[in-house]
Amino acid sequence: MNILLIGANSAIATAMARLYALDGHSLFLVGRDLPKLEALRDDLVVRGAEKVALLELDITHTARHPELIERANTNLSSVDLALICHGLLPDQASCERDFVALKASLEVNVISTLSLLVELGNYLETQGGGTLATITSVAGDRGRRSNYVYGASKAMISTFLEGLRGRLHNSGVAVIDIRPGLVDSPMTRDVKKGPLFSSPERVARCIVTGIKKGRPTIYAPGYWRLVMFVVKAIPQKLFKRLSF
Amino acid sequence: MAFSGWGRYPTLESRLFEPVSASEIEASLGSSEPWGTPVIARGAGRSYGDSALAETLISTRYLDNFFSLTTSASGHTVLRCASGMSLENVLETIIPQGLFLPVLPGTKAVTIGGAIAADVHGKNHHIDGSFCDHVESIRILLATGEVIDCHRGSNAELFHATCGGMGLTGIILDAAIKLTPLSSLDIAQRSLVAGNLQECMDLMDEHNDAKYSVAWIDCLARGATQGRSVLYLGEHVDEQDAREKSKPGRTGLRAIQRSELNIPFDAPSLLLNKYTMAGFNSAYYALQKNRSAPKRITYDAFFFPLERLRNWNRLYGAKGFLQYQLALPQESAHAGISAILSCASQAGKGSFLSVLKKFGKANSNLLSFPIEGYTLALDFKYEASLFPLLEQLDTLVLDHGGRLYLAKDARMSKECFRQSYGQWERFAELRQKFDPQGHFSSLQSRRLGLG
Repeated sequence: MNILLIGANSAIATAMARLYALDGHSLFLVGRDLPKLEALRDDLVVRGAEKVALLELDITHTARHPELIERANTNLSSVDLALICHGLLPDQASCERDFVALKASLEVNVISTLSLLVELGNYLETQGGGTLATITSVAGDRGRRSNYVYGASKAMISTFLEGLRGRLHNSGVAVIDIRPGLVDSPMTRDVKKGPLFSSPERVARCIVTGIKKGRPTIYAPGYWRLVMFVVKAIPQKLFKRLSF
Repeated sequence: MAFSGWGRYPTLESRLFEPVSASEIEASLGSSEPWGTPVIARGAGRSYGDSALAETLISTRYLDNFFSLTTSASGHTVLRCASGMSLENVLETIIPQGLFLPVLPGTKAVTIGGAIAADVHGKNHHIDGSFCDHVESIRILLATGEVIDCHRGSNAELFHATCGGMGLTGIILDAAIKLTPLSSLDIAQRSLVAGNLQECMDLMDEHNDAKYSVAWIDCLARGATQGRSVLYLGEHVDEQDAREKSKPGRTGLRAIQRSELNIPFDAPSLLLNKYTMAGFNSAYYALQKNRSAPKRITYDAFFFPLERLRNWNRLYGAKGFLQYQLALPQESAHAGISAILSCASQAGKGSFLSVLKKFGKANSNLLSFPIEGYTLALDFKYEASLFPLLEQLDTLVLDHGGRLYLAKDARMSKECFRQSYGQWERFAELRQKFDPQGHFSSLQSRRLGLG
């Protein structure tokens, strides 16, 4: 299988790439930090990846997205699975005070992702098949007081994916929305951890299995589907009083 | 947050830092030091006592990538990887490529850095030596922020202090390890029953050429049956056909992923008492006695039998347990082990799992545990009355020219350490040289008078 991995240096993406490498797949890695990308490439080669190539790119440079796809196409000859994994966890308090900070987070979490979805959606449609999977978050299921800027960005992507899934359905392109729960990774290094946190490796295993089964929405780990079912059922009257 | 080793005794409130890369650790150590001291590196936290406990802990969890897998002109395959990588992850990657780790301890959860720091041994020590005997080179971060590449030919003294050095010379960043070829996932296992300690040691000597050899010993049997045991011998199954048919670098083998039974909470500490222990040991012996036929089992079942029970340390109750592992030289081993077993069983203190193993020659690392002879490991549930007994055992160990394993230790005295580790002064000098301010220090190192 030929895999395009965007945001390859994120903890979940790296853990997924390692699982795919063990199975001997080929990967095209896109990320911002070149030394880290090169280190990941070496790691994946040792693990058994057939072929690994990479591209250093700040993903907010949307003008370079067509080039990204062209390079991936040249290196992989076709894309069976495109994974969009980049993202950041903005500081909620700064975003409440400062619209500039909020807007900057949207550049990464929304604008660049939408651009990729447009380009990759069209590319896969022309190719006549493939899987387009994007990491959103359980945070997008509800607007929580403590984290609604991040949550709202992820909700936009989830809704967009749902529509795109319908549009590409007849072209044989599968569109997958991956919603990880709380992950104990560098992104959440300063967050206090509780029992609901999972390792990136565990989350990655759930995602890889979900993609294999062709699930449209993957909660990772799976129990988050149940957790969010309950959270979504909380009425506004009560929800607005909750501090989480 | 409170931390402890695998034995869950002692515990310490510590600050944990999880640097995402080697360069982050380097930058922090070299500059204004955001962490405070003393610090000690912590891998999987699988040492039993207080080796990986300090006020500040530097986790190596994100140092988890492979660098290269190369075959040298002489046909040796060498793996270079970061120190936070677990042996389980290494096996998962190298087994499909027909390769195996030359030394495996009783758990695959330990990290490469931990395996080097404790210079761990396996069931093949009598033939292949310990883990560090297969380590070609180590990159280590010193207290000065300097990164040094050390191996037997260059910075050799740092290399021999770091191998088995319990993390006291610096933070191991990555290492190059020689691998061995593997053609099957299976081990051909034979089990031999020995009616007493002498019989068991004779059997071990007789089967000294078996690749893997380890005995389970009933530590509560007394008198004529003292030391009755079951000796397990293992050889890799050689699937020559598989080797010839497979594509280069791809064998079709996959690392074993066994289902694990989790022990979800602490067992009541009364569960393991001298009666249940004696019952368990007798029943186990009786069962194994009638099951001595040779069989093929997977490497995972052979090397990591306890991993079937995740969090098995909880079986000893909330207060935890201490593992007492000693090594005695060949000539005094029988008398010493016999005295130790008598002393423990007279005190009514038993061990669920007691393991006896023959050691081959010692290596030249300053604090490595193995000495040529025998090693015995006993688990004891934590209780206040245990400590006087362990002190009696210390005396017996010292009288017989033996020593205790630092990776299991939580309470040995400075005197006991100095008397049994003949090269401690050399180690202390090197520590003074590489870390004059005592930047790296654990509860254990302070207790042992290493600062």
